[in-house]
Amino acid sequence: MLNIKDIFAKAGDKDILKGLNLEVKPGEVHAIMGPNGAGKSTLGNVLAGMPHVEVTAGSVDMQGKDLLALEPEERAAEGVFLAFQYPVEIPGVNNMYFLRTALNAQRKYRGEEEMDSASFLRMVKQKIKDMNMRDDLLKRPVNVGFSGGEKKRNEVFQMGVLEPKLAILDETDSGLDIDALKIVADGVNQLRSPDRSFVIITHYQRLLDYIEPDFVHVLADGKIVRSGDKNLALELEEQGYGWLNQ
Amino acid sequence: MSEIDNQTASTADVENRAVKERANQAYKDGFVTDIESETLPPGLNEDVIRQISAKKDEPEWLLEYRLNAFKQWQAMPNPDWAKLNVPAIDFQAISYFSAPKSNKNAPKSLDEVDPKLLETYDKLGVPLHERERLAGVAVDAVFDSVSVGTTFKAELEKVGVIFSSFSEAVKDHPELVKQHLGSVVPSRDNYFAALNAAVFSDGSFVYIPKGVRCPMELSTYFRINAINTGQFERTLIVAEEGSYVSYLEGCTAPMRDENQLHAAVVELVAMKDAKIKYSTVQNWYPGDENGKGGIYNFVTKRGLCQGDNSKISWTQVETGSAITWKYPSCILRGDHSSGEFYSVALTNNYQQADTGTKMIHLGKNTKSTIISKGISVGKSSNAYRGLVRVAKKADHARNFTQCDSLLIGKDCGAHTFPYTESANSTAKIEHEATTSKISEDQLNYCLQRGIGEEDAISLIVDGFCKQVFKELPMEFAVEAKALLDISLEGAIG
Repeated sequence: MLNIKDIFAKAGDKDILKGLNLEVKPGEVHAIMGPNGAGKSTLGNVLAGMPHVEVTAGSVDMQGKDLLALEPEERAAEGVFLAFQYPVEIPGVNNMYFLRTALNAQRKYRGEEEMDSASFLRMVKQKIKDMNMRDDLLKRPVNVGFSGGEKKRNEVFQMGVLEPKLAILDETDSGLDIDALKIVADGVNQLRSPDRSFVIITHYQRLLDYIEPDFVHVLADGKIVRSGDKNLALELEEQGYGWLNQ
Repeated sequence: MSEIDNQTASTADVENRAVKERANQAYKDGFVTDIESETLPPGLNEDVIRQISAKKDEPEWLLEYRLNAFKQWQAMPNPDWAKLNVPAIDFQAISYFSAPKSNKNAPKSLDEVDPKLLETYDKLGVPLHERERLAGVAVDAVFDSVSVGTTFKAELEKVGVIFSSFSEAVKDHPELVKQHLGSVVPSRDNYFAALNAAVFSDGSFVYIPKGVRCPMELSTYFRINAINTGQFERTLIVAEEGSYVSYLEGCTAPMRDENQLHAAVVELVAMKDAKIKYSTVQNWYPGDENGKGGIYNFVTKRGLCQGDNSKISWTQVETGSAITWKYPSCILRGDHSSGEFYSVALTNNYQQADTGTKMIHLGKNTKSTIISKGISVGKSSNAYRGLVRVAKKADHARNFTQCDSLLIGKDCGAHTFPYTESANSTAKIEHEATTSKISEDQLNYCLQRGIGEEDAISLIVDGFCKQVFKELPMEFAVEAKALLDISLEGAIG
């Protein structure tokens, strides 16, 4: 699915990623943990092609395609989805219209037929029911006046509608109470499938109680310094990240 | 008088790649119709005014009205208080009358209208043949100085609604025209209103009798075609007690290197319990990307809420013209009357707009709402100028003003000039203003979801304008959005 080789990346003048390697196979869930400032979010931004990060060396291959050569909207259409840590408000644009515009832009890129509004409406109504979310989410303007929890739920809902191949969750658990966390985790678990992979960026082990990862990686100072299974997350929860500096 | 919250902003916000490659915006209505016209030679004096009046076979009182306005105009200075850089206009270099020749003996029906003209309106998306109208909108089409056809007249007459060209109204309903002409915008009101009163050529006249709800949207389509001519149309809408009308106005012009002058006057009169909804989509040629050519749009629009409980609502989408100077206003004379102003003004390249409204509260419990959305792109300048005045006797008057500016690119400007004057301590006046730019975060968010940059900008701008668009009649809302998209093309770079 995804093969990241020896990536170096900058944000502004600052070197953030310094030779990061990661391989994700179809259907796998990888958790990326690590202290603040280690480069976790930068990794997500590099994969999504956000313009404020600059890749200086390395390669990213996604299903045989050179991901770094693609524009951000092309990557989205190829199946990359980033659930933002701070979802943005777009006043006056309702969520459903936004999502239909996004879905049809992606379908157009892939040479598929655009979805008409009636079929789209049926589809999103079913999805929102399946994900146990309230359907007023559809009519409200994108993230405007949403609580922190609603914003994160909306990210997962969008993910459900756009059905990406590679979903990256950037600290989706931050700022969520336990109920909101469960809804978000349920949403993600429903979307798990043999041909969809997840990269879950998180500071805390808590989320991983609900989304069980296949692999856990520790990212520190721009590199992955340790990898293991879900028990590594529990270990980190006990020990913190202080040992990294020793 | 106070001037608060005067903002000038310049941002270096949205850097962008795709748009740089694009050609600059295409003005889709910029074609010229090759039609024989009868045009007065350039120049302005009493003789010209007499000639216009004679061509239109006008009664003596109307000629007197024109000549009087001309005298007033000659004594007035050209206004310079707007935040506009207006090159000197040579009023002697303009022709004040141009009419398609074949139209000399006004057509009795659309079948007599020159096919070339019909084709022009088809191209503009305003097919004049009634049977081709799906939506059931009655149209009056004004081509240069004259009306070339009004649709659905017979059906409207059945319910007593008069919808005709101004010239016809002068002939067929002189008493109505005489009673209301200049009653809301007197000829001495301002420089351009006086000029219009002296030389106006045609326009639309609407009369809705007592208790009648006009069964369809009425619309006028203005088109400047001839070179070096000005367009000076006049619209008068009278809504009698308890009546309702929704009126739409659209405008286009060919692309020409020379600037052309458009100085219109619109007067609305709403009697007791009457409601008038007036919507404009203004798409006069804005000039090219270097600021060459384009229409100078100096317009006086004003509505009088004469009776109690009357209501006048202005909605405008302004994307065209090199210069826009326009303040659709409401005089709230009747008790419990209300005025609304919803505006989207988009300026790109070197366009300049100074637009807004005046809400004059005279009656008790009068209410006004102002929602203004300014979008500045390129090197353009976009100003909101608004006045809310509460007179001494206007107890419990209320106003709400919201004024938002959106900046796209780093060389444009947005300015806000809200004036408030209150002579009554029970008045409640609220003003909110914001200036924002399309943020990189918003753009990135859209890109990440697969929406390309141009579409993302159009989506964000559309959202910004939502409050105003939802006030437009449906078919106009679609046109307005499309127009905004065209005006935004090549917006960023």
